[in-house]
This record gives sequence, structure tokens and C-alpha cells, in this order.
Amino acid sequence: MQSRAIWPLLALVLILIVAGLISPGFYEIRIVEGRLFGNLIDILYRAVPTALVALGMAVVIGTKGIDLSVGSIIAIVGAVIVWRIKMGDPHVAILFIALGAGILCGMWNGFLVAALGIQPIIATLILMVSGRGVGLLINQLYGGTDPSFESAFLQGLSTGSIWYIPTRLVLAAGIFAALWLLIRRTALGLFIEAVGGNAAASNLAGVNARLIVFFAYVLCGLLAAWAGIIMTADTHTSDPVSVGLYIELDAILAVVIGGGSLAGGRIYLGMTVIGALVIQSLTTATLISGLPPEYNLIIKALVVLTVLFLQSANARRAIHRLVYRRAS
Amino acid sequence: MRGITKAFPGVRALDDVDFTLHAGEVHALLGENGAGKSTLIKILTGALERDSGEIRLDGTSVDFQSTGEAQSHGVSTVYQEVNLIPAMSVTKNLALGPSEGWPGVISWRKARARARAKLARLNLDIDIEQPVGSYSVAVQQLVAIAHALDNETSVLVLDEPTASLDAQETATLFDIVRDLKQRGMAVVFITHFLDQVYEISDRISVLRNGGLVGSAMASDVSRKDLISMMIGRELGEVEAAYSGKASPQTGKEKLVAKGVGRRRTLKPFDLTLRAGEVVGLAGLLGSGRTELTKLVFGAIRADSGSLKVNGKEAGSHSPRRSLAAGIAFCPEDRKAEGLVGELSIRENIMLSIQSKQGWLRRLPRGQQEQIAAEMIKALAIATPDAEKPVRQLSGGNQQKVVLARALASRPDILLLDEPTRGIDVGAHAEIITLIRKLCSEGLALLVASSELDEVVAASDRVAVLRDREKIGEIVGGEIRRDNIIRVIAGDDDRQH
Ligand SMILES: Nc1ncnc2c1ncn2[C@@H]1O[C@H](COP(=O)(O)OP(=O)(O)OP(=O)(O)O)[C@@H](O)[C@H]1O
Ligand SMILES: [Mg+2]
Repeated sequence: MQSRAIWPLLALVLILIVAGLISPGFYEIRIVEGRLFGNLIDILYRAVPTALVALGMAVVIGTKGIDLSVGSIIAIVGAVIVWRIKMGDPHVAILFIALGAGILCGMWNGFLVAALGIQPIIATLILMVSGRGVGLLINQLYGGTDPSFESAFLQGLSTGSIWYIPTRLVLAAGIFAALWLLIRRTALGLFIEAVGGNAAASNLAGVNARLIVFFAYVLCGLLAAWAGIIMTADTHTSDPVSVGLYIELDAILAVVIGGGSLAGGRIYLGMTVIGALVIQSLTTATLISGLPPEYNLIIKALVVLTVLFLQSANARRAIHRLVYRRAS
Repeated sequence: MRGITKAFPGVRALDDVDFTLHAGEVHALLGENGAGKSTLIKILTGALERDSGEIRLDGTSVDFQSTGEAQSHGVSTVYQEVNLIPAMSVTKNLALGPSEGWPGVISWRKARARARAKLARLNLDIDIEQPVGSYSVAVQQLVAIAHALDNETSVLVLDEPTASLDAQETATLFDIVRDLKQRGMAVVFITHFLDQVYEISDRISVLRNGGLVGSAMASDVSRKDLISMMIGRELGEVEAAYSGKASPQTGKEKLVAKGVGRRRTLKPFDLTLRAGEVVGLAGLLGSGRTELTKLVFGAIRADSGSLKVNGKEAGSHSPRRSLAAGIAFCPEDRKAEGLVGELSIRENIMLSIQSKQGWLRRLPRGQQEQIAAEMIKALAIATPDAEKPVRQLSGGNQQKVVLARALASRPDILLLDEPTRGIDVGAHAEIITLIRKLCSEGLALLVASSELDEVVAASDRVAVLRDREKIGEIVGGEIRRDNIIRVIAGDDDRQH
């Protein structure tokens, strides 16, 4: 992993340097109203939802699976939050209800993949397609007239700050630490990677492959729910049609930039976060450069292509050969 | 091939190796596990790129970039790890590669006819529309050989083609090889069976630690010299390890199977495994050896009978439950069912112990490293360190990792299906010694093997299988090659 970790980190540093060149003062960090402000903080701040979703995706991809439904899970979680607020539940309880909704969605995906043996891309496509409809139906539960809300507690989690630091960064760091402990300080990581690498062999070695796969989707649902809570509290409204649209693609990209392979068998949690930061810093850099937003996607595509190209063993061998031949 | 050198991170796999292959000869390439045999032929056939050195084919210097290119130059190969596409039918697998007629256009009628003809040459009668993955390793190996056998080629490379074949299939293959040799084809033959080396080859080359030790005519080197060329020392204790059968039928009953079976897989059978006893499983290809071990382990679910492990009824049986009950299993197909290629040696060895412990109680890294180091030492796994991904090991060393995982879980019942597939002579003796030692400490052992000699040498009792049915048992002094063959042939149906 060591040598492959260079490229995403290098990409991140390069993007930040270029951004600094086009926009003087890019690195400035000020304190405004008791909270840190600045482009670097902004990148971290905005990357949180994608990073959380990408971490769940990394676990699922580690089992050789994929979860296309994360955007829809965010939509469902948002709808559930607003519904329960309108029903007058205590807001702390709503936090847990929202997480529960994400877990339920993950259990559904896990059931389809692990118990019924449906291919992950198809199995999660079902919730991806239907999830936003489910969100709209939940909005109907309270009449659906005005899906906006106020909640000091939930908004505090998303847009507040603790000790000059945005709360969501603290929250995300805590979630990352918990996930890392779960994956790397128990045998779960080994089992997930074994099942993703060779499910038949893992089964014969005594690993309960189905349970492991099921659990990975549940974990992914839970992490998507955290992203959903932060995003919903940020906009204080539920918008099932467009919230978190295409976030699954950014999440998959983040995992792959971080060195994960869709062939499964390896989980790189830290590098996945770097991947999410690469994506977000690109977006931010294009925005402040003054280029029209259309360019954002093209530049993103080019950078991603470059990083993946440099990571690919074949490309590296070809380059090596070119250099070597010329030298000799 | 002249001055071939190849280094992998941490290993010098080949160091300035010369290898000359003449038309019309069978050239055996020998050496310990990890000596560099497979690497040398992968470089010859364009599957790997060499760091330096030259390859000349019929006098002209060649530099194959791919195996396809090598094939079109008449170099055809059977690799050690079966290289077929498991989900595709036998016909389709055999149709891959250079084809006649319009490029990209395949006539399936002709392809089927050709496939049948190719398999008929090897006396293999199977349904060619079934996916290759549904057949045993031995059958897959034969299909891969059929794929490579082509009269158009001038060089045929066989990397341990006989590792999982029975005597009969091996004989058929050798007839074909002799025939090809007669027509001027050059054949490279890699194996760990010295008998086969003397039976078929004209010339022998030996590799050790990536260097060429020597080349000679087969008739000029004795078996003893050959072994010391391979391992760099004399091998004395082998015979001692082979003899000395334990007193049979006295140990505690560890596992009792009564009427266990599954329709269309294996007729219900009775089997008892006792502490300190080695039970061998003999039978021809497809007789149900693998199925029997898998039924006992719970990897195939039985639909009849009952199984008692350590006196306790094993209700619904699964690999996980078996492991918890102290049973360990080495599957025959290390690539598909044994190893997780991307994971390190340490992680592969840890997998069973860790799943016994449960996911919450992760073994500390230090302890993992210690266990891995112990197993690497005990089985002499050739590797620079325990963190190397298993897929980068040589075939025989991969096999040792499968064994290491089973042994590391400290089982008291051990089921081995072709445990020494691809393992070199020196390590073979050491493993048999190790297993014998575990048996004397009270391990109950079941060994399925296509090598009759191994079964004879290792077992206190032999269960014989024929046509997916257990047809008899042979005990103690009766265990001889000829006796087993007689039972298999059906002249002597002694029911147990
Ligand atoms: N892709 C690879 N990456 C790193 N090391 C490798 C790779 N392939 C082979 N090696 C190393 O090169 C050495 C030679 O391996 P090779 O497969 O040629 O052995 P072999 O003689 O065929 O042994 P066996 O009898 O076990 O098949 C081994 O130490 C092996 O670990
Ligand atoms: Mg080899």
C-alpha cells in the first residue's frame, strides 16, 4: 500500500498548490464568530458527507460488493427526520430513529445480497430506484405541505461548532475512529477482506461469509444515515428528489482514488478519506478559480483519470519500460 | 535461453540461468519449491518479462510480449495453476486461442467436434457443455492439457501436469508425450515425482534458489544424486519416516460417520476415525474421494446418516461448526477453495484460528506474527517474509500455506485432500514426518490422495472408493499397492 498511497496524497497537495496560485489568500484561516473559517476548513467541511458515505462504500467494496443506494438512503433518512420532527418526537430520539432508518435500509440490501444471493449492483439498484419514492411517501405522512423545520440540536451537529472547530468535523473524526477500531482492532477487517478476496475459501476456513457481507451493507447504511443527518440538518428541509443525488458515484470514486479495487479484498479507510478530500478540493478549487461550473466535471474527470492511471500496475510498467529502454 | 535473470521484490527468482531445449527430447526441469521453475517457463512463454538474458527459438532471437504471441510461434503451455475460465463450458475453453477460419468467427459445431477429439486423445469422457469449474482439479488439469496439445506446436511446456492425476491418466499423458516426441516436438516437463522423471525424460536440468545447478542426460544421474542436486544435501530420513505403522484400531474414536451420504454425490458410507490413526482414501479419478472428505467436514451437506464428533452428535454440519469441534480441512483446489490470494501469508494462516476465536477477540499482531513464523519454519515455506501476498508464492509453497492454516488451528481431527500436491521431495518427507508426529500425539487423520504410494506409505487403514461408493477397507499389513488396486478393480470386495 505504501507506494500506492503516494499518488492520491500527491494529487491532493498539487490541487491545493494550484488553488493557492490562482487564488492568493487561499490558505488563510480566520476566526469569525467563534469558529474557524477559510478555504481549507471549507474543503474539510464540505467533504464530510461524501467521506462518510465513501467509508461505508469502502467496506462494501471490500467484500467485492457495491452499494448504489446510498443517495436514496440519505433521502429516506431526511424524510424520516422531518416526519418525526413534525410528529413532535424529542430531537435526540430522532437522531437514533434516523440512524435506525439507515440501518434498516442496509439490512434490506444485505438481505438481498447475502441471503438471496442477488448480485450487489442489481440488489442495491432496487433501493436506489425506489428509495426516493419511499422518501416522498414518508413526506406524505404529515401532509407533506412544508418539509422545512428548525432543530437547534440537529443543526448544531451539522453547522455548529465546538471550540472553534465545526461540529461536523469533530463528529466525522469520531465516526472515523470508531469505524477504524471496529475494522482494524477486531478481526472484522480480516474477515471482510478474506470474503472479498475469495468467498469460497473463506467459508471453508470457517468464516461466516454471508453474515460478514450482510454486516457490511448494514454498516454502509449506518454511515449513509450519518451523512443524511448532516445534510438534512444543513438545509433544514427534506427534499427526497434531489438530496444526495449522485453521491454514490463520488463515494465510489473516493474509494478507488484511495487505492481500493472493485475486485474486492482490500479496505483502505484512511486513503478513502483522502480520496474524498481530493474530490472536494477539486470542486472548491474550480469554483474559486472563476471557471464556469461546467468545467468542474471535466477537470474532475481528468484528475481522477490521472491518479488511476498512475496507480495502475500496467501503466507503471509501461512507463518504467519506456524510461529503462531510453536509459540503456 | 541464455543468462536469464528475473528479480521480484525481495527475491531473486532466477539468476543467470541457461536452458537449452532440443527438438525431439523431453527435458525435465526439477528443483525445490520456489526454485524458479515456473518463473523460467513463464519467461519462456511470454507470461512474464525477463530482466535480462536472451531467448533463441530455432536460432532467431525472440521476445514474446504475450502468451498468445508465444503460441503463434509454436510454444504451447500448461501452467501450474489451471488457467481456464471456470464459468465457461469445456467446449468454449478449448475453443479459446488461435483458431482456424475467419478471425473472430467460431463454428460451434466444429468447435464441439474438435473438443471431443482432443479429450478423446486423453481418454477423458465428460460432458463438454458443463462449465469447467464444475469438474475436479484433475479433470480441469486434463482439459488444460488437451487445450495445449496441438500438433502445430514445436515446443510443449508442462508445469506439473501430473500433480493431481492418477497413475492411469499419467500413463495416457505419457503415451501422448512419447508420440509427440517421436514427431520432433520438444517438451519441457516439470514435476516433483522422480519416478516420472526417469520414466519419460531424456535430459534433466536442476534449479536451486534461482540458479542452474546442472544439466545431464537422465540415464547419467542416479536418483540419489538428483535429490542432493535439488536440495543441496543428502536426504536420509525419508525411508525411516515412511515406515513404522502405528498400532491400529486402539485409539479413542474421534469421529464416527454412520450412513452419511448425499444423493448423486456419494452413496451412504460408514467411517470411523480414531486418535493416533491415519486413514487413507484410495480410488480412481472421480470415485468420490473429495466428496467424502467434504461430507465429513460439512462443506457438502449430507442428506442422510449421522455424524458423531468426539462422542457428540453433530446436528447440522457446516465448516464453521466442524472447525469449532476441532476438525480442520485442507481442500484439494488451493486456488479456488484454499487461499485468498491478495491476503498475506500471515493473514491466510490466521484465518481459521481467528474464525474459531470469533471476530471480537482479534489475536494481537505479535501473536499472529509468532504463529505465522512458527508455521513458515515448520513447513519450510520459502518466502522473504510473512507479509508477502500468497499469490506471489510458488505453487508448492502456496500448498504449504493451505496446510499451515489447517495445522495452526490445532485440530484433533484433520482431513486432507491431496495435501502434498506440488510439494517437493524434501518438504514431502518433512510434512509426512510432521503429520506422523501429530498423530502420535493423538491426532486423527484422513488423507485422500491420488498417489497410491503415498496412501500405502502413510496409512494405518485404507478406505477404498469406486464410482462414488465406499467399497471396502484394508487394514494393517494388508495395505499394499497390489491389494488396493485389486479392490478398486473389484476382484476382491471385502466389505468392512
Ligand atoms: N509474481 C511474483 N511476485 C513476487 N515473487 C514471485 C512472483 N512469482 C514468483 N515469485 C517468487 O519467485 C520464486 C520462484 O518461484 P517459482 O514459482 O518459479 O517456483 P517453482 O520452482 O515453480 O516452485 P514450485 O515447485 O513450488 O512450483 C519464489 O520465491 C516466489 O515466491
Ligand atoms: Mg511452480
